[in-house]
Amino acid sequence: MNIQRWLHVHPGRRFVIGVPFVWLLIFFVVPFLILLRISVTDMGNGVNPFAPLMQAVDGSLHIMLKYQNYLSIFEEVDKGSGAKAWGQTIYLEAYLTSLKYACLTTILCLVIGYPFAYFIARAKKSVQPALLMLVMLPFWTSFLLRVYAWKGILADQGVVNNVLVWAGFIQEPLQLLYSDVSMLVGMTYVYCPFMILPLYATLVKLDFRLLEAAYDLGASPWKAFWLITVPLSKAGIIAGSMLVFIPCVGEFVIPSLLGGAENIMIGRVVWDEMFSSNNWPRASALAVVMILFILVPMAVYNHYGAEREAAGKE
Amino acid sequence: MKTSSSQALLRLLQAHFGKLWLLVVYLFLYGPLLFLILFSFNSTRQDAVFTGFSTRWYEALLNDSRLVGGFFLSLKVAVITGTLSTILGTFAAFVLVRYQRFRGRSLFSGLVSAPLVMPEVIIGLSLLLLMVAVQHAIGWPERGATTIVLGHTLLGMAYATVVVAARLREMDRTIEEAAMDLGCRPLQVFFLVTLPNILPSLVAAWMLTFTLSFDDVVISEFLSGPGVTTLPQVIFGYARRGVNPSIYAAATILILTVSTGIIAYSILTMRAQRRRERDAQAAVLAEIRSVEENVGTA
Repeated sequence: MNIQRWLHVHPGRRFVIGVPFVWLLIFFVVPFLILLRISVTDMGNGVNPFAPLMQAVDGSLHIMLKYQNYLSIFEEVDKGSGAKAWGQTIYLEAYLTSLKYACLTTILCLVIGYPFAYFIARAKKSVQPALLMLVMLPFWTSFLLRVYAWKGILADQGVVNNVLVWAGFIQEPLQLLYSDVSMLVGMTYVYCPFMILPLYATLVKLDFRLLEAAYDLGASPWKAFWLITVPLSKAGIIAGSMLVFIPCVGEFVIPSLLGGAENIMIGRVVWDEMFSSNNWPRASALAVVMILFILVPMAVYNHYGAEREAAGKE
Repeated sequence: MKTSSSQALLRLLQAHFGKLWLLVVYLFLYGPLLFLILFSFNSTRQDAVFTGFSTRWYEALLNDSRLVGGFFLSLKVAVITGTLSTILGTFAAFVLVRYQRFRGRSLFSGLVSAPLVMPEVIIGLSLLLLMVAVQHAIGWPERGATTIVLGHTLLGMAYATVVVAARLREMDRTIEEAAMDLGCRPLQVFFLVTLPNILPSLVAAWMLTFTLSFDDVVISEFLSGPGVTTLPQVIFGYARRGVNPSIYAAATILILTVSTGIIAYSILTMRAQRRRERDAQAAVLAEIRSVEENVGTA
């Protein structure tokens, strides 16, 4: 089909589909392909930040794919002998740290957010919009500034330590900032609303008469909760967990402000490779592996999202 | 005696556990905001003790040319991003809701929502690589405000699509069909019927994407060039160096502006809703009355 006829069939429709489609292809698909391409090349010389993919050698065109960048994520080079061995490279450690914080944050958000969403869903219908707006309101003010506030709150001479010393719980200020504590508090604080909102959306649709029926039939509140409320809110739990887990893996700002030397996450490492070491191919390879790490949760999220959509249509 | 009082306390806790939990989590969500507001008025650089009321950090803020310059750059970037994202998002929402069948639809719907779940670091890095490649080839765009806008719009469009598509799904299509039956051309239908109907969602999408852009630091860090720093970038730079109460002052201004705006917006929409309901009721009553009169005269 030639392009003129193609445009002629439904000019308006083609235009409406074409504009966002072309935009997404140019600014989302092409950049990703470039990322993949650079991740399989060598570091370039002084002028080019990376080596060309194709090169003419002896009159024939060679395509060179290098997988060193990927190997170097898992392989340690012994400085003395130059021997390579599988080991705990800084990259592998950064991935594991990222996964650790993402998992812990997801669990914390679920533990805090589930009862919270449940109680909002059971509150009077007239106050529910106000309660929800109160959850959303901090989301509209700067994320960066809210994280920054924790720096002052958790500092050695900060509010929390001063209150604890004043109350006599501790003698010396605790090291809260630049530790696991500040990382988890900051990440839970920022991502909790992402857990609460999808949980609320499923819990508010739950028919609470089912619980009454369970009580009438002799179930304890605890048993009724596990057998009825939790299974019926599964979609919300999964959606919320993925919405927290995925951005946590790539988090960049919170470890920079609240983390110490121990809490290096992969987002930061990608940045350093790119701008400090100027190693574009390795930064690209690290980013590609990062996508692989979040591909599984993304697929789970999409699967349940599609299911939800189908359920909504019925 | 002691056991009974502790039992009473336990019962009290059980009865009000829900409210207590809500209260504690709201405190957790709002504590840092209150901290920022309180300590922006502190008279010293202290973080833990409020030593006295002063507005010196607000003066310092206004005299800080980097913060002020960053503010105006961010404002410009956010306005353009909000507008571009809303336009593109409306297109994409139309495609998602109205065009159920076309080649590449599943690819399209995947692409639209992908930026929502993609870590910003990857969006920033891959866009930077694209910009460098394009600049290498045609000498444009220079890294700076333009590239930041492009990056923010990629993310903003995804959010705008979600907001507009939700409204578009709810919309009553029969009024569009009525307009078409009365001879409107498709474009007229869009501008005279569809657009006024989805306008509130466009406003919401614009505000959301404006905020997103005004607040973003990661994509800006990747895409900005030398000498171009948005407000969040300036703040990020200061924040990594230590405590600076001028930033508390900036935060306070932002928090108060945003919360006033949102509260005013929700009161206005609630009022409009109530007025619409009242008007509808009045119309029904008038109708009933006229019917009654007609019956009476007959």
